Amino acid sequence: MTLSRRAFLGTACSAAASPLVTPMVFAATPGENRLVVIVLRGGLDGLGAVQPYGDRDFTALRPGLATRPGDGLSDLDGFFGLADPFRGLLPLWQAGELGFVHAISTPYRDKRSHFDGQDLLENGGGATDGSLTRTRDGWLNRAVGLIPGARAETAMAVGREHMLLLEGAAPALSWSPTNALALEDDDRQLLTALYSGDPLFSEALAEAAALADDKAETRRESGATLARYTAERLNADARIAAFSLGGWDTHRRQANAIRNPAKQLTEALTTLKQDLGRNWNRTAVIAITEFGRTARENGSGGTDHGTGGLMVVSGGAVQGGRVFGDWPGLSERDLYQNRDLMPTDDLRRWAAWPLAAMFGLDRATLERTVFPGVDLGREPGLIL
Amino acid sequence: MTVSRATNAAIRFGYGFHPDQSAPRGPEDLLLSLDRAAAAPLLFPVTPRAERREHVAELFRLRRAKASQDDVRAQRKKLRQMTIRDGAQSLYQRALSPHGFFERLVGFWTDHFAVGAKNAGQGVLIPDFEPTALRPHLLGSFGDLLVAVVQHPAMLSYLDQVESVGPNSRMGKRTGKGLNENLAREVLELHTMGVSAAYTQEDVRGLAGLLTGYGVDRRKLAFGFFDRRAEPGSHRILGRTYGGRPSKTHAETFLRELAEHPDTARHIARKLAVHFVADTPDPGHVAHIERTWVRNRGNLPAVYQALVEHQAAWGPFGQKVKRPQDLLISTLRAIALMPDRAREMGMRGNLRIAKALRNLNQPLYRPPGPQGWPEEAEAWITPQGLAGRLEFAGQVGQLLAKRSALDPRRFAETMLRDALRPSTAFAVGAAPDRWEGLALALASPEFNRR
Repeated sequence: MTLSRRAFLGTACSAAASPLVTPMVFAATPGENRLVVIVLRGGLDGLGAVQPYGDRDFTALRPGLATRPGDGLSDLDGFFGLADPFRGLLPLWQAGELGFVHAISTPYRDKRSHFDGQDLLENGGGATDGSLTRTRDGWLNRAVGLIPGARAETAMAVGREHMLLLEGAAPALSWSPTNALALEDDDRQLLTALYSGDPLFSEALAEAAALADDKAETRRESGATLARYTAERLNADARIAAFSLGGWDTHRRQANAIRNPAKQLTEALTTLKQDLGRNWNRTAVIAITEFGRTARENGSGGTDHGTGGLMVVSGGAVQGGRVFGDWPGLSERDLYQNRDLMPTDDLRRWAAWPLAAMFGLDRATLERTVFPGVDLGREPGLIL
Repeated sequence: MTVSRATNAAIRFGYGFHPDQSAPRGPEDLLLSLDRAAAAPLLFPVTPRAERREHVAELFRLRRAKASQDDVRAQRKKLRQMTIRDGAQSLYQRALSPHGFFERLVGFWTDHFAVGAKNAGQGVLIPDFEPTALRPHLLGSFGDLLVAVVQHPAMLSYLDQVESVGPNSRMGKRTGKGLNENLAREVLELHTMGVSAAYTQEDVRGLAGLLTGYGVDRRKLAFGFFDRRAEPGSHRILGRTYGGRPSKTHAETFLRELAEHPDTARHIARKLAVHFVADTPDPGHVAHIERTWVRNRGNLPAVYQALVEHQAAWGPFGQKVKRPQDLLISTLRAIALMPDRAREMGMRGNLRIAKALRNLNQPLYRPPGPQGWPEEAEAWITPQGLAGRLEFAGQVGQLLAKRSALDPRRFAETMLRDALRPSTAFAVGAAPDRWEGLALALASPEFNRR
């Protein structure tokens, strides 16, 4: 449909005409380091992505899903191998810009609910039953609040989906690259009048007006689209960004079902590297998921909700080419409840260290405020 | 903002005012309309299951006969278009039925028992779910509704029950296949007791075992019970034992008991109050619905009465934000769409609806997961969410301005009555073009709230 010149819904005019658009010139941005957090929703099967082919119990647990080097699996370190659908990530691994942390989880246990699991993953609390901290905000938001010089433009939730991770008291922006909204002065004034007295609507309008441009090229939020926009913001004023990738809940025919989400993640990481250019060297990406999946494959060629999972780390600023973590083994007595990969470490510790290394947050603050109750332990050498 | 009972009845418990329909005046009218709604035939029926079955069978036949790619693709397209049409039919039904409260309940339960498709094959029976599993059971007991839902092919496919096999069943022993606990878990976590209730992993396992045998007869595209998959013996769930000779009735017995469980009452009472009244509901209101549920053993009309008769149900206007599908439905009412006109638009209208809902981030038949769509205002009125709403309001405003001589101020008054705020009235009146005034009314906070 063609729209008129006054299209407040419009796709034609430029947002730069609006005085609501804050001039993006800031004397002080909090440093040059960049962090991207990707939430993999649905429960990534860590054992399927980074397969412990060197573990003698692995194949027996997964007769239909286990692969071996030479048979689709790319060897990583003589013990772990990268599954075929993730093959596009190998160049990053070879460049030392990709690593994994295996057998970790949030403190959430036993009920294995996606929704509670994701909430706790984003909230950063320590309750095993998944209940949230009293503040009910996101850990990344609390971290942003502690970074000296952080302002709204510093942190950015990308995508249409609501992200608890960046919700809370600290200012943060959110926008989807699939939205187009351009406002002329007159339209802006009318809308401001329309929304006066309704803070929820007026704040959303102010933010939308400031972020919109006329470049919404696509209606689909793919890994590549989200990453492209994220890189654009990180090359400008943003230093912290978060987005979600779904589709990981592979209850059946996992060998096939995993291909699309794996492709989205692969394209997200490779697009970030390409579009961030030189800034990639100061960037760390962590991809986290609410839980791993059952050690055994189920009756439908898939896996069910489990416990110990996998974190993916990437970026020019990470010490890649390694699979981190304490491997618990896969014999019956090694499994959690004789069912899941035993988590040997707290995922929050691994999310906390990049915040320490890149934004100078100190141990006490991280253990008390960002991830209440976590023990940071020894520095794991995740960031260069 | 305080508004009249009639305005709350129409907007909070219905899809808003339609200029050519009479509106309910209060709780009594809402309850009276339920029986009439149940007796009324659908204005916009979806494709009957038999017709869908034929189209699916045709697709399989073409594949088996190694027909040309073009023929297969054309048949797939036919099925896809049928789904788009059915989606629009279901929205038109909600929008143009004179029984708004009943249609809102359809919306509530559709979301409570969300079904979607994880792959193309699963999508085939989703449009059939609402008319066959939900609508006929909305004025009976929750137990009967739950059984109908759990036995609908769309749910059985979506939550992988069709893949679950008792390890000691005939098929399990022969093939080594085993349990898939997805449906069992979501029944307890989402459909009944709620995640904070006192069930355990063992209860999930027990229910998964009890549900084995439940599956889909692919030829009939209907629920089937398959002895050869059913795990023999007894299953322990919530401290009691179920099962025996393989039969679909064991799981039915359990589901009917589960429907009356106090945790189920508490969980769904709260969800109802959240859905209709406020993201943070009045505890007294929730307790009233919960007590009624328990006392009436999940009899749904009694529950609905408890929902609308409590004083908290008539509290301040605008505590909820309409989700995009509801926004679109109430827009169709506000612009006084007539059934004949909706039918006339045909596929063009259907596609427009599907596209609008995609852009508003609440596409038809594609919930984000079995938990359904978020309720909280903050999840929807984000910068990107509001941008989508502005775009939608602008498009409708333009169409409407082209097609009628409607005065924007009058439009705002008719659709909002005493919920219209002075600032909206001012902005609508100050708009330089008629289309923009209409769009501003549709984009106003009070039209986007309830």
